[in-house]
Amino acid sequence: MEVFASPKPEESQEEDKQEKQEEGGAREGWQPGEVAPPSSSQDPEPEVADSLKEERESAPEPLSRDGTPPQSPGSGERASGAPSADAAVSPAPSEPSSEGPQLRPGPQGLTSPITPEQDSHAISVAGEPHPSCSEQVPYEREATLHLTGSEESSSYLSQQPQHLPQDLNQNINPPEEQADADSFHHDESNSNSDLNQLELGLTQKGAPEPAAPSKLEIAAQNAKAYLLKKSSKSGLNLYDHFCEILTRILDQRPENVVDIIENISQDVKKAHFNKKLDTLQDEHEVPLAYELAEKQKALFLQGNLEGDQEQEDEILTDTQPIHTCRFWGKILGLEMNYIVAEVEFREGEDEEEIEEEDNIEESEADEDEEDELPKSSYKSPQVIPKEENRTGANKYTYFVCNEPGRPWVRLPSVTPAQIVIARNIKKYFTGRLDAPIMSYPPFPGNESNYLRAQIARISAGTHISPLGFYHFGEEGEEEEEVEGGQDNYEKNPDFEGIQVTELVESLSNWVHHVQHILPQGRCNWFNPIQKNEVGEEEEEEEEVEDEEVEEKREESDNIEQETGPPLLTPISEDLEIQNIPPWTAQLSSNLIPQYAIAFLRSNLWLGAYVFSDGKKFENLYIGWGHKYSPDNYTPPLPPLVQPEYPRRIEIMEMDDPTVDEEQAFQVAQEKALFESEKIEETEEEDDDDEDEDD
Amino acid sequence: MDSESLLLSLELASGSGQGLSPDRRASLLTSLLLVKRDYRYERVLFWGRILGLVADYYIAQGLGEDQLGERKSLYSLNCMEWSLLPPATEEMAAQTAVVKGRFMGDPSHEYEHIEMQRMTEGDRTYEDEVVIQIKEESRLVSVIDQIDKAVAIIPRGALFKTPFGPVHVNRTFEGLTLADSKKLSSYFHFVEPVELKNKSLLEKADLDPSLDFMDSLEHDIPKGSWSIQMERGNALVVLRSLLWPGLTFYHAPRTKNHGYIYVGTGEKNIDLPFML
Repeated sequence: MEVFASPKPEESQEEDKQEKQEEGGAREGWQPGEVAPPSSSQDPEPEVADSLKEERESAPEPLSRDGTPPQSPGSGERASGAPSADAAVSPAPSEPSSEGPQLRPGPQGLTSPITPEQDSHAISVAGEPHPSCSEQVPYEREATLHLTGSEESSSYLSQQPQHLPQDLNQNINPPEEQADADSFHHDESNSNSDLNQLELGLTQKGAPEPAAPSKLEIAAQNAKAYLLKKSSKSGLNLYDHFCEILTRILDQRPENVVDIIENISQDVKKAHFNKKLDTLQDEHEVPLAYELAEKQKALFLQGNLEGDQEQEDEILTDTQPIHTCRFWGKILGLEMNYIVAEVEFREGEDEEEIEEEDNIEESEADEDEEDELPKSSYKSPQVIPKEENRTGANKYTYFVCNEPGRPWVRLPSVTPAQIVIARNIKKYFTGRLDAPIMSYPPFPGNESNYLRAQIARISAGTHISPLGFYHFGEEGEEEEEVEGGQDNYEKNPDFEGIQVTELVESLSNWVHHVQHILPQGRCNWFNPIQKNEVGEEEEEEEEVEDEEVEEKREESDNIEQETGPPLLTPISEDLEIQNIPPWTAQLSSNLIPQYAIAFLRSNLWLGAYVFSDGKKFENLYIGWGHKYSPDNYTPPLPPLVQPEYPRRIEIMEMDDPTVDEEQAFQVAQEKALFESEKIEETEEEDDDDEDEDD
Repeated sequence: MDSESLLLSLELASGSGQGLSPDRRASLLTSLLLVKRDYRYERVLFWGRILGLVADYYIAQGLGEDQLGERKSLYSLNCMEWSLLPPATEEMAAQTAVVKGRFMGDPSHEYEHIEMQRMTEGDRTYEDEVVIQIKEESRLVSVIDQIDKAVAIIPRGALFKTPFGPVHVNRTFEGLTLADSKKLSSYFHFVEPVELKNKSLLEKADLDPSLDFMDSLEHDIPKGSWSIQMERGNALVVLRSLLWPGLTFYHAPRTKNHGYIYVGTGEKNIDLPFML
């Protein structure tokens, strides 16, 4: 900075002021002193951008200074400084001629596309990234300035405020935008015009100049010092940066350099920082993607698809004895998503689990008997046992995985209690199966249970099929049958398919084929009043419509039987949600109706879709896993505070007496005491009297 | 998402389960191009799709030179014919705040809202029930506006601000790095900043005024209302909003691809605090 505190010739100062003020100030803190008559001597290059050209022409003209020799010598100095990366603040002014040749071989290529007519000297000089010089340079400069971002420029700025008589407004909050290149061009050309001795032979002039006057030398030194000044933020300096850009350009010789000059500059900058880090980053980030891709490729190579299954299911089917497997859908979570597969095991495969659970229940019963503490008379509502596997809500088993390629995890069966509570809470899935669910009422289980419960509800609510696709099995239809009558459905071999348009038009063409879950949480009603069995036996529930059974149960009056719509009811009977029909049906495409597919969307469970082309159909769910309600969710209130003990005459709760009452009571007591004393006294007196009398 | 990269963008955003059938995509491609020509927009974005009960609205937005400037919204029922929507006003927002429930799918549908208003007649004041008709179109407009203000996002560096004011697309934006793409602070709301001015000077010192001129997602309330996920093993980062479920933002790190799309019912998720 101090370098710049050089003598300031008056006239140039004024002119500078004029120019700078005209165009908003030059960005480079060129001291007016160093400013030499500008590009008036320069002819704008035809190839140079028009805007710049105009600037040059307009700017220099008012200022036209005459008599100043072209600035080649001065620039020659600098040019020599550049390639040698001379860090010296004030390079000794050397003969331009001697330095010229050094430069010639270097930057020649650069300037060729831009100014073909320049002679060697000019070229060498022009190659130098000098701000004042050739019009090319302003380009690069601007580009660099643009891309430098505010930091570098501001650092330049901040370091030179005191040197600028004018304010350097605008400038460098730059825009990396071409749109503002114009303003820069302005500035550039100004500064260019301002700096006489910094004129480089952009122009065809190129005639070697005589020895530069000392003023020029000083100015040149100042300019170079300025260029060499490091940015406080990035440790770069403009000088070196320009050198690197030019080097790269000349090495690569790309087409249309002037158009991509900004990118080049940016790349050079990036290369500074990323050199050492690149390899590390690449290795770390990319392999993860590759790993997954590898796994998935292995899956792809294996087997065939079946309907809607994804390829990953292949692996699944191999490891487990599976009867049928179906892609159920995808549930979105906060951190990770779940891909769900619905699986039906072959007969007899799951018995092991049941036995284990029975054992657990037995052991619990034993413990209760050993308990000697006074048992509270409070009987918690009997735990409703879960339905057996392969019946009701546990008809299918579900496997989930987070991403294709990851291992499948089996979800535990769902218990009715979980379903009941899942109805009352609304929580997002995080994507980790072992995450706890913090909610009120407290959910028994962690995320895997909640997930399973939601899957069960969604399946029960939205799995539908075209009418007639399934029909009841032939056996076991009588109503006296306790259970199973409505569980079984079979594919109807006589199903012929329904027209797609009909499927769309009327909702009665679709029926539920999954049992509805009762409010109790099961599909088949369980009567909890049977006190004898503690959860081991499963009461086989009476048919919903079976009146005989109801008669038997009239004794247990508190609990009413819960009913639900029987299997295979058409969805047209689904309840509406506040006047919104529960399903929306559409054709998949309006343009080609003959190939279109009927497509239903559930409005109750957002994300449940069913589609069919008449013969085949499929259910799918992709969504967050929550039910829709137009009203807000209100968490259930905690239950009322229970009384500690029942109200009876002996034990009565009363408020504690207040102080006043206590005092009043005391007074009353004293009074009573006093009076009783009196009475005693009188009695004594009487006695005495009597005694005396005697 | 940009109409120019529509197909690719739809692929990338399909992880949320929202897609378009092939014929819709084809019709979108052609019709959006026509819209761009007719209305002379700089960029046309396919904003998304609002699911109604009877039909769906397809929404597109056109932007002028200034990316943060006025945005014109258009809607269509069949992806072919687009109609311009009026700009959103505050009254509309206030009015439509009372309407709950799904969109019907019919733009001329009117919601009836019964309000008690005090009317004065002569000397006495009484409350009278006034039935206010709210058109579905205005509800559509205000919902689009709300969603834009709340959850339209853009990665840091994709836009930059010139000193003159207008905001431009940054042609040198190469995408976020992987480390950056997992942080909420690298994404901004694509809207005029509201909280930026409230930041302390210390924080502002680190900001780059040409790039950081919008609110970042870090300070969104409630915390955790965004879900960030990497899909395809770090090849794609997807942000989903939990406040407006259905809004998906995708970005492929180290590339220029980014965009957001809303496919949903157009209702805010007011239960969010309970669900986190």
